[in-house]
Amino acid sequence: MAAEPVSAIHVSDLVVGFGRQIVLDHLSLDVRKGEILGLVGASGGGKSVLMRTIIGLIPRRSGTIEVSGNSIGEGRATRVTAGNWGILFQQGALFSSLTVRQNVQFPLRENLELSQTLMDEIADAKLEMVGLAPEDGDKFPAELSGGMTKRVALARALALDPAILFLDEPTSGLDPIAAGEFDDLIETLQQTLGLTVFMVTHDLASLKTVCDRVAALADGKIVAIGPLDELLRSDHPWVRAYFHGKRSQMMQPRA
Amino acid sequence: MSSAPHLNAVGEHDELELRPTGSWTAAHGATLERLFAGAVPQIARIRALRLDLAGITELDTLGAWVLEKLSRQAVTAGRPATVVGVAANYTGLIDEVRQVNRRPPVVQPTRNPVLDRVEDVGRAAFSATDDIAVFVGMLGALASALFMTLRRPRSLRLTSLVYHLYRVGWQAIPIMVLITFLIGAIIAQQGIFHFRRFGAESYVVDLVGILVLREIGVLIIAIMVAGRSGSAYTAELGAMKMREEIDALSTMGLDPIEVLILPRIIALVCALPILTFIGSMAALYGGGLVAWFYGGMSPAIFIARLHEAISVTHFEVGIIKAPFMALVIGVVACGEGLRVKGSAESLGLQTTTSVVKSIFLVIVLDGLFAVFFASIGM
Ligand SMILES: Nc1ncnc2c1ncn2[C@@H]1O[C@H](COP(=O)(O)OP(=O)(O)OP(=O)(O)O)[C@@H](O)[C@H]1O
Ligand SMILES: [Mg+2]
Repeated sequence: MAAEPVSAIHVSDLVVGFGRQIVLDHLSLDVRKGEILGLVGASGGGKSVLMRTIIGLIPRRSGTIEVSGNSIGEGRATRVTAGNWGILFQQGALFSSLTVRQNVQFPLRENLELSQTLMDEIADAKLEMVGLAPEDGDKFPAELSGGMTKRVALARALALDPAILFLDEPTSGLDPIAAGEFDDLIETLQQTLGLTVFMVTHDLASLKTVCDRVAALADGKIVAIGPLDELLRSDHPWVRAYFHGKRSQMMQPRA
Repeated sequence: MSSAPHLNAVGEHDELELRPTGSWTAAHGATLERLFAGAVPQIARIRALRLDLAGITELDTLGAWVLEKLSRQAVTAGRPATVVGVAANYTGLIDEVRQVNRRPPVVQPTRNPVLDRVEDVGRAAFSATDDIAVFVGMLGALASALFMTLRRPRSLRLTSLVYHLYRVGWQAIPIMVLITFLIGAIIAQQGIFHFRRFGAESYVVDLVGILVLREIGVLIIAIMVAGRSGSAYTAELGAMKMREEIDALSTMGLDPIEVLILPRIIALVCALPILTFIGSMAALYGGGLVAWFYGGMSPAIFIARLHEAISVTHFEVGIIKAPFMALVIGVVACGEGLRVKGSAESLGLQTTTSVVKSIFLVIVLDGLFAVFFASIGM
């Protein structure tokens, strides 16, 4: 057996751009096995682009990306890795012609050989874990609210209990109670399954409660990475503005 | 790391102890199902169940759920079930799974397949009235939008109109010319081939001229436009409907009919007669070339004969039909576009419906016109 790589995701010297706009400029990042990494950055700063590049959806100009030891972007290798990750897109990206339950069952059906009964039970269990009622399972994506769409997308990302989870703003659009439940769920799964989670988020509470480390993306680079406390002490101007702005006051340790 | 799951049963007095070992994960899903099915009859026979999870090396939600199902099986049969030996890192998941799927399943009423078919037929027949309502409704909305625009001509979306004219008219010319040219050539070739036996080759000019100008020219063009532009209209409007763009428009106080649909249909009504004219000319040209090279009829004779064979009436009959066909295509295409629901599937369905229905209606309309022109002697 090959030596287990220490980092689940390894990105080095990544350059991504559209036309004349450079979005990611020689970016390097390591996500350790079994950690929950939160990625923060300005709106339009390239967080979603980084995530989509890592999973091989956006072509890169240069740089290398490895996910669980397989380099991404070589067709077959990507497909092999794809069985081991779950992805939550920012807009949900649910299959519009399938019901909610079928959406959650889709990865199960494609990857495993299970009886319909068990698949139904697992799908209902996942839906309940993310806070949806079983009767929502028969709805179509067009009939869901924004937060429900997020939850279904999360349930689908979790369907296979993947080793690596990519989440693009999982808690945006959820009420604080649901967001809290989401944090608990991610923590539970991470403890049991040893998941690696790459999470783009603006939710300061999520960053504080579940993330082991936080990375800050600014000017196309990772300008700071480490536990939240370390980032709070960082003196990079953008990071300071992000964590010490008016809205982030609640994060301050009380003097 | 990953090892095959097993379920060892140890029976002490009527208490059954189950000791699952190995990887209870989704990757072994099929095996887990088999183990579960094997344990069910055992559980039915005992008085109490003990689940000792100490031997489990890997666990995920699916495995945890199967274990939970085992203990629930005992509980529903009225036997006490205890779970012991849970490793610290699995407690969270086991607790989480214990809470799910507690509600009684919703019982789906069983349906009679024969009655279902009958119901489908009934609903399909009934929804035909829907189709008519949609068509008439769209026609009415269009008329009122047109009326409003006529009262305030400045409110006409000129840019949009020109853009759509460019797309459905100008950009369509090459393909329309090519197809009508070929059709004209084929008709001429067939005419010459079959008329030759009667020595009536020269009548091929009458055949091509009358057929193309009265019927084929406009019909081919209308069918092509339905497939090319009608489907595009349906898909565009459908995608806009899906992404709530149409709702956004109306909440800004704009009438989607006036902004989106009127320019599209006016463009179609303007473009179709022009395309018909160009197409008819291309077909006559194709017919003429075939008559020259295949039938040995020089262009001068072809044109002279054409002069005698056709009158401006034939041309009028064809061109008068064009705007009406355009209206039908446009109204059907836009009406179907607005009927798209939230899913990609419905977008595809509505686009297909739009093309099929508009081609059907174009042919029906052509038949009605034929009856009409015959009765007024045109
Ligand atoms: N497919 C694309 N084509 C062209 N430009 C793109 C494309 N996708 C993203 N961009 C550009 O890349 C930049 C980064 O976008 P990205 O979606 O990564 O932002 P983000 O950091 O995820 O922001 P948010 O927090 O608002 O989701 C933006 O300027 C965007 O306009
Ligand atoms: Mg984004």
